[in-house]
Amino acid sequence: MVIIIPYCSMHPLGDSAIIVKFGEVISLDIHTQVTRAAELLRQHPVAGFLECVPAYASLTVYYDSVQLWKAEEKRLKNNQCLTEASAPARRDSPYQIMTEALQKLLGSADSEAAIPMQTVHIPVCYGGQYGEDLEEVAAKNGLTTEEVVAIHSSAEYTVYMLGFAPGFPYLGGMSRSIAMPRKSSPRPLIPAGSVGIAGEQTGIYPLATPGGWQLIGRTPIALFLPEQSPPALLRAGQIVKFYSISSDEYDQWEVTSCT
Amino acid sequence: MHLNVLHPGLLTTIQDRGRIGMQQYGVIVSGAMDHFAHAAANLLVGNDKDQPTIEMTLIGATLSFDAPVLLSICGADMSPEIDGIPVPMWRPVWVRAGSVLRLGRAKQGCRSYIALSGGVALPLVMNSYATYLRAGIGGYEGRALQQGDRIGLREVTSLGAAIVQQLQKGAAGSAYYTEKWFVSLEAMPNYRRNPVLRVVEGPEYPCFMEKSRAQLCTTPYRIDPHSDRMGYTLTGEALHLAASLEMLSDSVTFGTIQVPPSGQPVILMADRQTTGGYPRIAQVITADLPVLAQTPIGDRLTFQLVSIEEAQQLLLNEHRDLEYLSLSIRMKYT
Repeated sequence: MVIIIPYCSMHPLGDSAIIVKFGEVISLDIHTQVTRAAELLRQHPVAGFLECVPAYASLTVYYDSVQLWKAEEKRLKNNQCLTEASAPARRDSPYQIMTEALQKLLGSADSEAAIPMQTVHIPVCYGGQYGEDLEEVAAKNGLTTEEVVAIHSSAEYTVYMLGFAPGFPYLGGMSRSIAMPRKSSPRPLIPAGSVGIAGEQTGIYPLATPGGWQLIGRTPIALFLPEQSPPALLRAGQIVKFYSISSDEYDQWEVTSCT
Repeated sequence: MHLNVLHPGLLTTIQDRGRIGMQQYGVIVSGAMDHFAHAAANLLVGNDKDQPTIEMTLIGATLSFDAPVLLSICGADMSPEIDGIPVPMWRPVWVRAGSVLRLGRAKQGCRSYIALSGGVALPLVMNSYATYLRAGIGGYEGRALQQGDRIGLREVTSLGAAIVQQLQKGAAGSAYYTEKWFVSLEAMPNYRRNPVLRVVEGPEYPCFMEKSRAQLCTTPYRIDPHSDRMGYTLTGEALHLAASLEMLSDSVTFGTIQVPPSGQPVILMADRQTTGGYPRIAQVITADLPVLAQTPIGDRLTFQLVSIEEAQQLLLNEHRDLEYLSLSIRMKYT
């Protein structure tokens, strides 16, 4: 079988994690490799695997050194029985065992299989009390508020990773035409569900936290659901599309979600 | 059967080894700052290593028990007392119903762990009992313990019951029953003031100036007052990149030493976020994290570079020490 190793480098992140790096920049092509690798691991968790975390251009794999070491001891013992080797067998470190296992997995034929893209549609009530900074964003960019909403909700956004807060998506693909720098004085509390812009990024706050994002709307749906499995609405590799709802529809949503 | 919080202490939370499998959703790991003391405390009362324990920080809590409990206290010395009588640490202790356990100000170390045989009656959240303070979930109602809190207790484990049976053969009428033996110092991490901490190179180690890489391992760094469960901020010789670096947000873990633009390093701890945007110069090895967790603010840290192989061997040694403790307890009481 031909083993094709995709472009990637591996580096330890301490003694219990490995960073598998696929590139140096934010790009959909690089990110597809991250998503593919994560999916492969999900389907074929290698021995010692604990969890993996996608980022823009890398996948970090957390593993249990002790478990790997124990498996290696067993392997050596079996080998000794079988081969009657007199010289001590080479003992691989858990790090070596893990990198080899990952290289083998990532280089396998399956890694070329297409990963189905999942699109998640997120309702947003733009402007008014839910998007206090929408007018400012429009004014700054020489647009009407309707134009900002149209531009924001027409794009397809890639979820590059979750981080910063539970369920918080790092979204790529926002149009530069609605970009706006963060507020110079952050708000002490941004309500959960707020949709905002910071620089050329857009995102959604899953929890109420302080922050400096420009708020353009709010979604009534929960991004972080600790009682559910998985506990987040989104995951790396998905596509997000926003669509506009009225404030009546927003109120309706809140009501139905409580029943 | 309950414990009651008479006085909460400075920061007292329920922790276990942390939430595994959830970082991909931006959910942090949390968990005990000193995983060794946490694990040892559990083994000493006949629990599995990772039952939830009560982590106390700098100034301990005062708890009362309305039922007899088998407990152990490991980690920092906060002059623990039961009904006003000093109680020794690092061994099983059997206390009667109505007892009051009081921990004061830490004389040595920073964090104490109380394990109760059978654990505590709290719900799992995302498969863990660890308290996620910032999100307000997990542990006891997602927050630090407060005066008046009541936590349900469980039945002692079968090994716990065997331990109790032995302990009860001791002198009656005393405030508690305990053993003369305790976890040996050789088995423990090398807790000490101003420690040397072993580190491995971080992913951005090569991006730092030669001079800074040398400084990391020769000059000491003081633990700043703004240090907590999220991270220890350090002050010392500034560390500089060789050239400007556009770093993408990437994973960080417990012990990651990251360097913000100020050049003053930060060691990320149990409540760190899952990802960060600062260069990672080095990584404290897992086996030395308990020492770090018990080093007080104001102390100086010196770093020593080791290989991954050595770091993993040390982790293995720690595992063996805990296995040996577990086996010893089993053999002694069954």
